[in-house]
Amino acid sequence: MTETTYRIRGATGDWEVVIGLEVHAQVVSKAKLFSGAATAFGAEPNTQVSLVDAAMPGMLPVPNRECIRQAVRTGLAINAQINKWSRFDRKNYFYADLPQGYQISQLYHPLVGEGSLLIEADEKAGIPADKEIGIERIHVEQDAGKLMHDQHPTRSYVDLNRSGVALMEIVSRPDMRSPAEAGAYLRKLRAILRYVGSCDGNMEEGSMRADVNVSVRKPGDEFGTRTETKNVNSVRFVMQAIEYEAQRQVDVIEGGGRIVQETRLFNPDTGTTRSMRSKEDAHDYRYFPDPDLLPLELEDSFIEDCLHSLPELPDAKRKRYVEVLGLSDYNARVLTAEAETARWFEALLAEGARIQKKSEGEVAKASANWLLSELYGALNRIGKTLEDSPVSPERGAELLALVADGTISGSIAKQVFEIMLESEDSPAKIVEDKGLKQTTDTGAIEAVVAKILADNADKVEQYKGGKEALFGFFVGQTMKAMQGKANPGIVNELLKKALG
Amino acid sequence: MLARAPMSVDLTTVKKIASLARLAVSEDEAQALVPELNGILHWVEQLGEVDVTGVEPMTAVIPNTLRLRDDVVTDGNVRDKVLANAPQAEHGFFAVPKVIE
Repeated sequence: MTETTYRIRGATGDWEVVIGLEVHAQVVSKAKLFSGAATAFGAEPNTQVSLVDAAMPGMLPVPNRECIRQAVRTGLAINAQINKWSRFDRKNYFYADLPQGYQISQLYHPLVGEGSLLIEADEKAGIPADKEIGIERIHVEQDAGKLMHDQHPTRSYVDLNRSGVALMEIVSRPDMRSPAEAGAYLRKLRAILRYVGSCDGNMEEGSMRADVNVSVRKPGDEFGTRTETKNVNSVRFVMQAIEYEAQRQVDVIEGGGRIVQETRLFNPDTGTTRSMRSKEDAHDYRYFPDPDLLPLELEDSFIEDCLHSLPELPDAKRKRYVEVLGLSDYNARVLTAEAETARWFEALLAEGARIQKKSEGEVAKASANWLLSELYGALNRIGKTLEDSPVSPERGAELLALVADGTISGSIAKQVFEIMLESEDSPAKIVEDKGLKQTTDTGAIEAVVAKILADNADKVEQYKGGKEALFGFFVGQTMKAMQGKANPGIVNELLKKALG
Repeated sequence: MLARAPMSVDLTTVKKIASLARLAVSEDEAQALVPELNGILHWVEQLGEVDVTGVEPMTAVIPNTLRLRDDVVTDGNVRDKVLANAPQAEHGFFAVPKVIE
């Protein structure tokens, strides 16, 4: 394993940062983990609450098969051990957003055991080599309700719509050594969750939140005492929280103090963390097996079905893009980073191969280059994403096919694409209507070439005298005279002949 | 198997448990609870005398497995019922004394 070089420079020397993340990912399901109430985001307060979620006496929880299935699929996607026998426990604490007085979770026997995830080398971000990050476990648990403190001067308002929604808690090993590695881990985890479809990964809506465990030590020493910063809800904030917290710990230790194991809160406005003293003795959760729920026992066939339902995952896809499609490592990485991008690219590829009657490998490079430069450039410019792109993969493939078969040149394709961004018309129709078809009429091109050479007799002399760089000038002038519609191959050929 | 040290609670523990469970227990009640809880603990501890080596813990008296539900919305939209017993409810929310972290 390669050590990263991220260090906090203290008065007493360099310090290494040790990071572990506990990610809470909301499971994609229609109904809640233990009740039949809906999970949709943004409903009127307390309308998606059953008497189970409100913890009325006598209500009994019945687990939702889909939530279990999604957690198992997620476990399989990180190559984790799936525990065929797991159990639910009660985590007891009192808070206004938790009507039961306990959260149903899994402490002793989690559904998913040891797995791992690969973060990729990224020199610029400060990750010199690929690195495997261990994942200790994934367990399934209930989410709590939501508190609002700003609606009333003396009251807090409680909305239980989120109460009982299924969460996966994904617990990493303390394997990360820099904010960049933690960021890469979160992004990769989110990508995997979205590929699998078990969590939408939307951090703004709170579908994914991280508890950030940080400690510092002199390189080679034992682990230091860690603090846990709760509920950080973006990749950038997680990285900020780590930076701040590591520096704070170094300052405390070098100032003669001691780090206390505690829970802290992150303030996104200042990028700082502060102690959450109020909850200190709430750490005594008095876990015990939930007597309302029998152990969860899974059949082999259930786990096999989960395995077969998995899509091609980012690592495998990236490898295939390089090895089978012949894409550059960089392009393969960008195209597979998000499930949505890969889906769009593959639709473009499939359609391109179909209409050009070629293999996907033969159209892959042109498709990738067009998507990553032309399409991304345009989407950035007009503030849209692939999801709401005005140009569909099918239309994109038609445009690329027109270039491939010589109907239009690459530069005309750019013009056609600009029109496609605002028009419903097919690229073929746009080319037809605007008369953009490429000329392969040798006679017409020859005539233009002759005129250009005659008009620039001085440059022709220079060229013949050895200034070969002028060739590009002649090509440019010819193309310009033909409004870009001349076939570049033929132009080159005819110019070479004429300049002899 | 090694016999575990007998479990017992003292006054401090009783007060801590009461506080964690949000139960208001007076000094007198706490003192009375110490021997009561210890009595229960010692009584249960007699089970430790049985040799259960190699016996799987039982989770139900009759063979039974956990039933799972289909992912279908069958409940909710009962806000009035949910809020019916709330000491205070406003604008469809439970209203509780302000809790700020």
